[in-house]
Amino acid sequence: MSFSIIGTGSALPKTIQTNEDLTEFLETSNEWIVSRTGIETRHICVAESILDIALDASLNALDNAQLKPQDLDLIICPTLGGDTVTPSLACLVEKELGAACPSFDLNAACSGFVYGLDVADAYFCRNKDMKILVIAVDAMSKLVDWKDRKTAVLFGDGAGAAVLSSGDDLKAIHLTAAGNQHALCIPWQKGNHPLLRNQETLLPYLKMDGSEVYRFAVSAICKDLKIVVKEAGITLDDLDYVIPHQANLRIIESAAKRLKIPMEKFVLQVSSCGNTSAASIPLVLDEMNRQGKLIPGTQIALTAFGGGLTTGACILEWS
Amino acid sequence: MVFEKVVEILRNYKEEPELEVTMESSFEELELDSLDTVELVMEIEESFDTSIEMDSELKTIGDVVGLIEKAIA
Repeated sequence: MSFSIIGTGSALPKTIQTNEDLTEFLETSNEWIVSRTGIETRHICVAESILDIALDASLNALDNAQLKPQDLDLIICPTLGGDTVTPSLACLVEKELGAACPSFDLNAACSGFVYGLDVADAYFCRNKDMKILVIAVDAMSKLVDWKDRKTAVLFGDGAGAAVLSSGDDLKAIHLTAAGNQHALCIPWQKGNHPLLRNQETLLPYLKMDGSEVYRFAVSAICKDLKIVVKEAGITLDDLDYVIPHQANLRIIESAAKRLKIPMEKFVLQVSSCGNTSAASIPLVLDEMNRQGKLIPGTQIALTAFGGGLTTGACILEWS
Repeated sequence: MVFEKVVEILRNYKEEPELEVTMESSFEELELDSLDTVELVMEIEESFDTSIEMDSELKTIGDVVGLIEKAIA
């Protein structure tokens, strides 16, 4: 007995930037971005705070689950960080929702949603009678260097949520971590202690070795999917859908080819949203749910990879 | 031997069995972008059962052949 997803929600900031818009301040082109990433537009938090989109997605998910905020027993917020270091984003979501339950952020970068599901699973092992909100939110537009054309074009902002109740949807889950600062890193602020004054301060923007991350990502999808289908006692052919982390279309196509899974089974949102980090998988999940694609018995694989380096994959059978 | 195998992998990847390739052919001439290059290196790694460090910038087929020869030596 683990959990079932009884509601999903999502929110995207209103401001949409096309590749063409980016050419106004970056030396890039629509053709370059589309051919290398499949990304056409991304949403950017301009009028909204990170909390605003987190709240919207959470309220959507609660409404979909037909629950009130007061019904929640735990809020887990996979994120690289909200508007403030403390309070955590999860605590601010809890306050604004009017919920009254333990709440914390969880940083597993782009793998955060799957990590969040794994943590939730452990809570259900202790207490079946719970309702847990997993709200994955990232505003990468605040963490990338908008002068770096190689990385800035890849990301967007968004929030995706799932409400969990005890049930049997989760059939298998597998997480990994392998510490690596070279492949992908966002340095933190050093503070202003007088003794640190003369030390070099790294700019707090994302740095990424694209080739290394590409290789890591393709291999992560291939390895993790094989592991979770085996653990769930099914085969890759049994999967109705694969929801991959929406980092780059080329990564997804490469993994699909290697695994011999038809691209039609991979659900994509990368062209309209870019890489929304932890939010990318629940954003797709919510879209599918609202389109009525998730009927009882649907076998779905989630597969994520990201900074850390972390990976996470799971098999869900929709109930 | 390494060169011939790399050419074979490249022709399969591009789905062009008659593709003209020399040690001096650059990825740019072969119309391969940086991610194609990574894909090729991954396929080459699988084929030669080796692991290639991509620290240095790879510009030509000769660069890749050189790295593999070093890796399997």
